[in-house]
Amino acid sequence: MTSDVRRLLEAHGRAEREVYMDNENSGRVPPEVVEAMLPYFNQVGYGHPSITNRPGWEAFEVVQETAEVVARTIGADPEDIHFTHSGTEANNLAILGVARANRSRGRKIVVSAVEHLSVILPAESLEDAGFKVVRAPVDEEGFVDQDVLAELVDRETVLVSVQTVNHEIGTIQRVRGLSEVVRDKNADVIFHTDACDAYGRVRIDADAMGVDMITLSSHKILGPKGVGVLYVADGVKVEPVLRGALSSQPLWPGVENVPAMAGFKRAIELAFEDFDGANERVRALRDRLMDSVLARVPETLLNGPRGEERVSDNLNLSFLHVEGEALTVELSIRGVYVSSGSACTSRILEPSHVLLAIGRRYEEAHGSILFRLTRYHTRDDVDYVARQVPEAVERLRRISPLGKG
Amino acid sequence: MSTRVPLPYTPKVLELFRNPKNLGKMENPDTVAQAGSPACGDVISLYLRIVERDGVEVIEDAKFESYGCAANIAAASMLTEMIKGKTVRQAWEVGWQEVAEALGGLPPVKRHCSILAVGALRRAIRAYYGKKGRRPDWLPEGLTMAEKQALEEEEFIERMYGGRLERG
Ligand SMILES: Cc1ncc(COP(=O)(O)O)c(C=O)c1O
Ligand code: FES
Repeated sequence: MTSDVRRLLEAHGRAEREVYMDNENSGRVPPEVVEAMLPYFNQVGYGHPSITNRPGWEAFEVVQETAEVVARTIGADPEDIHFTHSGTEANNLAILGVARANRSRGRKIVVSAVEHLSVILPAESLEDAGFKVVRAPVDEEGFVDQDVLAELVDRETVLVSVQTVNHEIGTIQRVRGLSEVVRDKNADVIFHTDACDAYGRVRIDADAMGVDMITLSSHKILGPKGVGVLYVADGVKVEPVLRGALSSQPLWPGVENVPAMAGFKRAIELAFEDFDGANERVRALRDRLMDSVLARVPETLLNGPRGEERVSDNLNLSFLHVEGEALTVELSIRGVYVSSGSACTSRILEPSHVLLAIGRRYEEAHGSILFRLTRYHTRDDVDYVARQVPEAVERLRRISPLGKG
Repeated sequence: MSTRVPLPYTPKVLELFRNPKNLGKMENPDTVAQAGSPACGDVISLYLRIVERDGVEVIEDAKFESYGCAANIAAASMLTEMIKGKTVRQAWEVGWQEVAEALGGLPPVKRHCSILAVGALRRAIRAYYGKKGRRPDWLPEGLTMAEKQALEEEEFIERMYGGRLERG
């Protein structure tokens, strides 16, 4: 297998110019962040954070400092910050842990229809244990409506999960309003928000948003892969999902990824250093890319909202009559790295559930491309992408039997 | 996102995706067929030019269009290349596995891309004889395994998306 991939890469070659815009899925870690990690592999803090020796305490210091930085940026107490090794793990812990610890109070869970699958799938796995899972519908821009959500919450409801920002179409949910109507209906409901794609781009504050649990993931804010966070408000009962010994993380045993935490901490500091300025610049670049591609490529749809209620860095476009996976390959050859919500990219040949939830038809989801920018992109990068995309779409439209009148 | 799989395409797939052979619509084809369904994803159109030489029908030219992934484009390119110059009867015998093999192999989730290409070919051949109003004795009356597979692919997709539709 490895050698196959190697041969593929050789046949693919490398374009003269490369612009990585698949930051939604993961991405390049800034040098300052890598630098912050390096000492923890073999110079300091290489021990186990739960052990009573110097390298162990040094490691624990990293865990603690990272918890403090996270806490400060989301208006929480460091004691309430729990580390996992990914956002997926944190979401699983939130859903399964709350359901199992609170099942005597009720067996209904409400999640929005556009949640990340690491929220939807663990929730639906609880159906076997007698839980009822309801997907709250969204409108065509991806917003959950307050009244619709309130309607779905009843006395039996233990948990509601609505993300802060959608990972595919950039919708910024009005979480505060949603948590209020949920509590009006049932004050005991535990409200979880997956903020993986909001962190560093939208201000997060546990109290102001009225939420009990928040999920974060390091690699979604240009940190390294390998650290996730679940904030759990004081008093909320969560049952551990994994069992094991030896960890400073009672809810998620297993050795902490200390070097990655050191990097995550640095990534947070960088993201918050010039929060508004950086977001404004990214938004301007994103708009430049959006306007330029929409002007140059006919029969193209924007997925998700426009304006202030769309996160600064996300762009999702559907190019009709072409298939998205082929387009990602075509763009990759041209040095433009993006992803697609097409059925062809999925193991089960099913298009993005987010695009279907906002009412896109299959053929519209089929040609969808997701771009996510960062503060490291330049105008030149954007202009390069804006030149390559129309050519790539044009080539595939020539191959396609559809859309020719 | 968690449903995504890495797709280790072979260099051959990538090469044919980049430079597909026999691409495009054919003017006045002797037969044409589509496989797949635009509502759910993959569509392939196959065009054939058939001539009679010494009483045998030969595929003189084959062309395709594809609204599918890179593997589908490569499979259609490979298939059209493989059948050009073959008799219609020989072309009928080409299986999707042969096409996949000629591409250096396809990942399991991408096999249907080759199945659909071969399905379009068989449908085009049937349409050809349908138009002529005769059936050569080598052409099975009922659907063959491969045709059924192609149909199943279409039905599978319809079913999945159909199910989704009702749910949404
Ligand atoms: C909204 C959202 N939640 C959760 C995750 C999962 O995070 P991780 O990749 O760290 O498992 C992602 C990542 O794609 C995400 O975008
Ligand atoms: S055409 Fe959709 S997976 Fe190949």
